[in-house]
Amino acid sequence: MKYLPLLFAALLRKKVRTLLTLLSVAAAFALFGMLDAVRVAFDSPQSMVGIDRLITSSRLSLIQPLPFADLTRIQSVPGVKTVTFASWFGGIYQDPKNFFPNFPVEPASYLDMYPELVLPKEQRQAFLSTRTGAVVGRSLADRFGWKIGDKIPLKPTIFPNRDGSAVWTFDLVGIFHAAEPELRASEKQMLFHHDYFDEGRELGQGTVGWYIERVTDPAQADRVAQAIDRQFANSAFETRTQSEREFQLSFAKQIGDIGLIVKAIMGAVFFTLVLLTGNTMAQSIRERIPELAVLKTIGFANRAVLLLVLAEAVMLLLIGGLLGMGTARLSLPAIRAATSGQFDLTMQTQTWILGLGLMTAIGIAVGLPPALKAMRLRIVDALAGR
Amino acid sequence: MNLFKRLSRRLLPLLAIVVVGAVWITQPLVMVVLGVLLVAWLLLTQGGRQSLAIAWVGLATVPDRLGATSVVVVGIAGVVGVLVALQAMAAGFEATLDAAGRDDTVLVLRAGANAELSSALDRPATALIVQAPGIARDARDVPIASAEIIVVANVPKRATGTDANLEVRGVGPSVWALRPQVRLSSGRSFTPGRRELIVGEGALRQFRGLELGSRLNLNNQDWQIVGVFASGDAHESEVWGDAESLMAAYRRNGFQSVAARLTAPESIGPLRAALAADPRLRVDVETTRSYYSKQSQRLTKVIRGIGTGVAVIMALGAVFGALNTMYAAVANRAREIATLRALGFTALPVVVAVMLETMTLALAGGALGAGIAWALFNGFTVSTLGSNFSQVVFQFRVTPELMLRGLQWALGIGFAGGLFPALRAATLAVTVALRES
Repeated sequence: MKYLPLLFAALLRKKVRTLLTLLSVAAAFALFGMLDAVRVAFDSPQSMVGIDRLITSSRLSLIQPLPFADLTRIQSVPGVKTVTFASWFGGIYQDPKNFFPNFPVEPASYLDMYPELVLPKEQRQAFLSTRTGAVVGRSLADRFGWKIGDKIPLKPTIFPNRDGSAVWTFDLVGIFHAAEPELRASEKQMLFHHDYFDEGRELGQGTVGWYIERVTDPAQADRVAQAIDRQFANSAFETRTQSEREFQLSFAKQIGDIGLIVKAIMGAVFFTLVLLTGNTMAQSIRERIPELAVLKTIGFANRAVLLLVLAEAVMLLLIGGLLGMGTARLSLPAIRAATSGQFDLTMQTQTWILGLGLMTAIGIAVGLPPALKAMRLRIVDALAGR
Repeated sequence: MNLFKRLSRRLLPLLAIVVVGAVWITQPLVMVVLGVLLVAWLLLTQGGRQSLAIAWVGLATVPDRLGATSVVVVGIAGVVGVLVALQAMAAGFEATLDAAGRDDTVLVLRAGANAELSSALDRPATALIVQAPGIARDARDVPIASAEIIVVANVPKRATGTDANLEVRGVGPSVWALRPQVRLSSGRSFTPGRRELIVGEGALRQFRGLELGSRLNLNNQDWQIVGVFASGDAHESEVWGDAESLMAAYRRNGFQSVAARLTAPESIGPLRAALAADPRLRVDVETTRSYYSKQSQRLTKVIRGIGTGVAVIMALGAVFGALNTMYAAVANRAREIATLRALGFTALPVVVAVMLETMTLALAGGALGAGIAWALFNGFTVSTLGSNFSQVVFQFRVTPELMLRGLQWALGIGFAGGLFPALRAATLAVTVALRES
């Protein structure tokens, strides 16, 4: 602690240089913060919620529906606690760029399956009893300024309405919010009655998109999944049952290897950063050789000089890096607002930990060569300017 | 007054950077003309020759401070490399989809459907559509149109081994006349009525188990792959088979879209009117060009936006790095520069010389970055989820325009990073600089 003033003196020796270096470190880590948030969003969606949920879809392809009759057969599989189902509706609100997921579901069992969707009790009642009722997440409602009681028309892309009208109309009876802030992504969906949907559609009646099961024991999830798939093996509608997490990951993977792109960009950024800060540190130590020699003369041990220089580099990285990641943290909500909720990213704890680790590692990497040089200085040579 | 002077000295260069940057990005030609004038000035006037001489001394000492100058070069190379690579990705995706679109072919979908996959047309409807006016006919007076069915199959990708969505398109007999760009590169075409498929070259590269002669499981039936086709557009990511056979396999009795050739691009109007007037039909008619360009827009916009955003942040970092390096370079040569000024050199050649040095380094960095992006990514094949909920295979396209764009950025960064140090060099108090060691 008592060396802190010494560290600051070293950093403030050339203010412009330190400031410029700090700013480039900040730029690099601002980018890291945002890109890592993207990577986390794609690689590991959700948290621990849903580890006891399985999803059964057609083995052939997600677009192939499953017969409604499978419901009771899945229910009878040992280890399955409850079952519900959902389908892809693909309705569009006003304009294709307003895309959000909307699913016909069986309201009571679906809401029980997803306790993280918190719906006030009376709104839940209204949803259950209103045939044309729909519920939406908080952020979706905010995005379009919807209030309870509004009528929401969705243009069908897959399922034209049997009554010949160009839209399906839903009554907004409830607005749910996510139980935890990390699950905010689930607030972007709309749910409505499967019955209303099934009766009104022209094709595919009596089928559902996928089933969702809750297992009694998460440790037995794999066994239950296999048991479900065995039920339908060699039938016309073979199934594939996966954990919810696997199901979501398989989606992310289809979009592309986002992780690889992010890593490639960050590789380029950090390579440049190491070069830049390394060069700055080397230069700054070179200029301070006489000062370091004085430090040694008045009794600083070699190890202390080494640590001082290392600490200076790490501190430079930490201040700049935290500045950058702070900027990223603050600008993510702005990006969210600017894209009307399309890019809703949050920086998770793992990003901060990884960032701090990188700051320290890069700090040590760029500080070590000049620090070793400083440690090995011979006082007489240094003072003589040789 | 003094304060005002100091302020304006700081602010004016900043303003210059903003103005020059804006002009440079929006009106590069203006700047190129200015550049030519600059070269003329350098070669023809005394001041110009002085600047060249000073810049030459600066550049000649670059090997002695390799570490410091590499910060400028590598920093800018990083920005340009990332910028060019991401833009090349967007350009490749756009080119692949746009190549599938033409002005003289149309796609008919059920009203409201936003992609072929979400559309559905029953048999009577397709029969009416292909007979509509405006659709071209071949020598035997058969409409050049193909009623098609799209299904999606789970097939493992080569790169990851995990299942991804493969688009399977059932086509009609006239498809070869409709899409002449599609040609078989090996094997033969499928026989209508049999469970045979031909596979696009892009799909073959991205997915496992689609080689000639292998079998693909579609809805629990084995289908044999008998041919490979190339088309140079989005269709290359697909697998084609006979529409009727596929429909039978999937127990369907209806198509999803009708693609047809027009007698002339203008005949879309009459066709649209005829289909709209028919009470038995509720369909949308679109040229394939507008359909496919709409499909590519969303993703390319996202990639371009992210690419530019990332590059801007990286560019900021690179500007700070360049500033640092050039300030250090000027400080190192303070005595030398002061000597020149004492000898009677004016400030302008000094400024120009430092700028020239920075811009040269920036140009080298830009060329390096663009070159690396080209070497690593040109022709790099990837795939992503397209509008038919299936993989679209495309290649990165590092075009000369993109590389020029990269150089444009590099010079912009060089300008921003060089101006302040150049002014510092020109305004150093000569006596102080000469005295300092």
